[in-house]
Amino acid sequence: MKILEERKPQVYRKGTEPLQLDCNKQSVAGSVSQRACVFCGSRVVLYPIADALHLVHGPLGCAAYTWDIRGALSSGPQLHRLSFSTDLREMDVIQGGEKKLAKALCQLIDLHHPKAAFVYSTCIVGVIGDDVEAVCRQVSALKGIPVLPVHSEGFKGTKRDGYRAACEALLQLVGTGSTEGISPVSVNILGDFNLAGEVWIIRDYFEKMGIEVVATITGDGRVDDIRRAHGAALNLVQCSGSMMHLAKQLQEKRGIPFKRVSYFGIEDMAQALYDTAGFFADKSPGIVGRTAALVSQELSTIMPQIAQYRRKLEGRKAAVYVGGAFKAFSLVRALRQLGMDTVMVGSQTGLREDYEELRELCDEGTIIVDDSNPLELSSFLQEKRVDLFIGGVKERPIAYKLGVGFCDHNHERKEPLAGFTGMLNFAREVYNTVASPVWRLTPRGAMRDRS
Amino acid sequence: MLLRHTTADVMERSALTINPAKTCQPIGALYAALGVHNCLPHSHGSQGCCAYHRSTLTRHYKEPVMAGSSSFTEGSAVFGGQANLLQAITNMFAMYNPDIIAVHTTCLSETIGDDLVQIISKAREEGKVPPGKHVIHANTPSYIGSHVTGFSNMVKGIVTYLAENSGRKRNQVNIIPGWVEPSDMREVRRLSRAMGVNCNIFPDTSDVMDAPQTGRHEFYPRGGAPIEEIRHSGDSRSTLALGPTASEAAALKLEEKCEVRSEVLELPIGLVATDRFINALRHRSGIRVPGFITDERGRLVDMIADMHQYFYRKRVALFGDPDQLVSLTEFLVTLDMRPVYIVTGTPGKRFETRIREALGDSVPEAQIRQGPQADMFLLHQMIKKEGVDLLIGNTYGKYIARDEDIPFVRFGFPILDRVGHSYFPTVAYMGAMRLAEKILSAVMDRQDRNAPEESFELTM
Repeated sequence: MKILEERKPQVYRKGTEPLQLDCNKQSVAGSVSQRACVFCGSRVVLYPIADALHLVHGPLGCAAYTWDIRGALSSGPQLHRLSFSTDLREMDVIQGGEKKLAKALCQLIDLHHPKAAFVYSTCIVGVIGDDVEAVCRQVSALKGIPVLPVHSEGFKGTKRDGYRAACEALLQLVGTGSTEGISPVSVNILGDFNLAGEVWIIRDYFEKMGIEVVATITGDGRVDDIRRAHGAALNLVQCSGSMMHLAKQLQEKRGIPFKRVSYFGIEDMAQALYDTAGFFADKSPGIVGRTAALVSQELSTIMPQIAQYRRKLEGRKAAVYVGGAFKAFSLVRALRQLGMDTVMVGSQTGLREDYEELRELCDEGTIIVDDSNPLELSSFLQEKRVDLFIGGVKERPIAYKLGVGFCDHNHERKEPLAGFTGMLNFAREVYNTVASPVWRLTPRGAMRDRS
Repeated sequence: MLLRHTTADVMERSALTINPAKTCQPIGALYAALGVHNCLPHSHGSQGCCAYHRSTLTRHYKEPVMAGSSSFTEGSAVFGGQANLLQAITNMFAMYNPDIIAVHTTCLSETIGDDLVQIISKAREEGKVPPGKHVIHANTPSYIGSHVTGFSNMVKGIVTYLAENSGRKRNQVNIIPGWVEPSDMREVRRLSRAMGVNCNIFPDTSDVMDAPQTGRHEFYPRGGAPIEEIRHSGDSRSTLALGPTASEAAALKLEEKCEVRSEVLELPIGLVATDRFINALRHRSGIRVPGFITDERGRLVDMIADMHQYFYRKRVALFGDPDQLVSLTEFLVTLDMRPVYIVTGTPGKRFETRIREALGDSVPEAQIRQGPQADMFLLHQMIKKEGVDLLIGNTYGKYIARDEDIPFVRFGFPILDRVGHSYFPTVAYMGAMRLAEKILSAVMDRQDRNAPEESFELTM
C-alpha cells in the first residue's frame, strides 16, 4: 500500500530499529484523518457534567453533531443531553454575536436553573472576535452562577488542545466550594466519563475499600462536587490525555498528588486499586487487606468465565485504533489476558512517551501508528489478517466491510467495559463478535473454512 | 422524563435554538458529492467538521464515509486556507487517486474570505490537478440555510463545473433526485427505465451508501454518477428536478448554462406525488404506463382502502426537511390523516405556501413553523399544548415520543437508531406502501398495547 511520504514518520513496525515516531502534530492536509478538532475535545470532556448548561456559541452544526452522542450516563439530571446553540446567522457573523449570546444564556438559565454554564467557542467566534469572556462575566454576575467560557475554537490546535481548554474551564470551578466534612481518605476520579455506567462500578469499588469519592470528573459529574474537588486527598487520573493537565495543575496549585490509573483489564484494574490502597495505607488501617479481599472476591466471580472465553479466543489477532494512547496500553494487556495478540495499535492523539511505552508492551512485528486514515487501517487489517478491530464510530464499518469482528471502545459502547465486571463484558463482547457466524458468510470467512 | 424541562407555554427566544430540526450546510454538500463516481469530498475548514459529518453519515448509513479535510490551523485562519487546500489537493490525488475532488467550504473558510475559484485555478495552473481529473467546489457557509441548502449548492456546483452543451442533443432526461436515500435513487431509476425514459440521474448514492459486503473496503464503492454522464447532462432533452429545495438550483443552472429545459416536481413520496412523477415520465417517453406500475399503484390503493378506518382523522406531528415534509403532508391527507404540526429548521421561501397547497382545505388547524427557532423544543411545546396520535420524523423525535408516549415513525435524516432506510425506498408506490405500513404498525401496535383485555382484538 502507498503511504504518503509525509505520513511515513507516523507509522512504525516493531523490530530492531528504535522507535522514530513523529506524533503530536497537525494532520497532513487532505488526509482522510480519523481525528476531530479542539471543540470536539472540549465538548466530549465537559459533556458528562449533567447539571450544567452546555451552550455552543456558533452556527448550528457544532451543536447538532454533539447532541447526545456520548453514552455518558447521569444518575440524576439529564440537562447535558439537550442541544443548545446560538445558531449564528449571516447577520450575526457581520455584526457580532455577543448580544445573542448574552440573551441566549439568560433565557436558558431562567428556563433550566443550571448549577453552572459552559459556553463553547466554535471556529467562527475566534474569527469574528466576540468577547465571550466578557459576556460570561456579565451573565454570571447577573444570574449568580458560574458561567465559564471554553476556548475551543476548532482550528486552534488538535483535539488535545480541546482537552486542555476543558481543563482550564474546570479549574475555574474547582476550589469554589466548601471542603468541610471531606474524609482524609478521599479521591477524585478523573478521566472516566461514565460511558455505559462505568464510573458507578469504579466508585463502588472505592467505597467498598473505605475511600470517599469527592468528585467524578466528569462522568456522572455534578457542578457542586467539582467545586469542592480540591478537598480530596488524591486524584486518580484515567484517560491521561484529557485530564493530565487538570491533575498537574491541582498538584501544583493545591498540592494534591495524583496517580495515573486504568480501569480496563484485570491487571490494570487491580493495580489501580492496590496503588490507591497503598497511598492511604497509613491513614486507613486495614485498607490493603480490604482491597485484596475485594479483588479476590471479584476475580473469583469472573475468572472461570474469562477462562472459557480465553480458550476460544487463544491465538486470535487484534488491531486497536483509539483516541488516546493510554487506553491502548490497557487494551493490549486485556487482549493478552484473553490470549489474543495485538498486531496493530494506534491512536489519534498519542505522545512520544506513549508510543515508547506501547513499543515496550507489544510483540515483534506489531505496527504502531499515529493519526492514521481508513486506507492505511484497512490495509493493516488485511495484511495482519486480524480477527478483531477495536475502535470508534468511523472504524466500525471498515471492519465489517472486511469481514472482521469489531468492538466499540469509544462513545458507542453499550456495556460497561471498565472494572472487573467490565472485563467480563469485554471478553463476552470480543468473543461474540469474533465468533459471529456472519463472518462465515463473507468471502474471508469462506476462505478460512476451506483452508 | 428526558425532556422534563419543556414547558407548554411558548416563550419568545430569538437568540436561541434548542434541539435543532436541521443541521449545517457542509454535511449536505458531502452527501451530494458521494453521489458522484470516484469522488472524494473535501471539507475546507477545521478537522472537526469533516469528522462530525463522516461520523453522522456513518451512523445513518452504517457505511464507511471518506472525505478529506484542509485541517485548518491558527495560521490558516489568519493567512487564509490557500496553502492548506493546495497541499490537500496534491496529497489527495497522490494518495487516494480520485477522479474528482468536490470541495465544500465551512463557516470558518467563508468568514476569512477564501476564494475557492481562485485557489482551484491556481491548483490547475501549478499542475496539481492531474490531466483528466477534476476539482470542483460549492460555497456552503454554515450560518446560511441548512444541510439541505448545502446539498442543493453542491449539486449546483456539480452542474456548474461539469455539465457541457456539446451542441448535439442526446435522447435522455436528467433526473436530479433530491436529498433522498440510496434506495430511493435506485427506485427512481427503476421506474424511469420502466417508463421508457433514458435517464441520467445525479447525484446517485446507490451502490455507494448501501454497498454490499464484499470482503473488501472499497475506498470508492461501485456506484455514483459517472463524470462523463454528468458532462452529457448538458445535452439532455430536459431535466426533472425532484424536490425544489434540494434540486431546483441545479436544474436552473443547467437551463442557464446548457439550455436544458427543466421541470421541478415535489418529491414522489405518496400516491398523488408519484402520479405526477409517473405522468412527467410518460410525457417524456410517450409510452403507456406499463401494467406492473399500474398494479403497484393499485396495490397501494387497495392497502389504503383495506385499512382506511385506522388512518381516519388521526392527528400527526411531523418535522424534518422541506421537500420531504411537503410530499409527506400531501400523502397524510390522502390517507385521511391530519398533519397538525409541521416543523422544519430549514429556512427558505415558499415552504408554507407549498405545505398549504399540499393540505388543501383539509386541515385548517394545521400549524406550520420554519426557521432557526422552529426546533424540536418548539414542536414539543406544541404537542404539550394539544397532543397528537402520531409523530413522524428523524431519530431525534424519539425523546418526544417517549416522554409524551406517542407512536413514532422514523422518516428523514438522520436515522441513527434503526436500519432499513438505505435499503427500502419511501418514494413511489412501493415506497408509499412501506410508509403506510409503518404508520399502520405504529398506530395499531399502540392500540394493541392500550386496549383493555375485553376489547383486545385478534383480527384488525
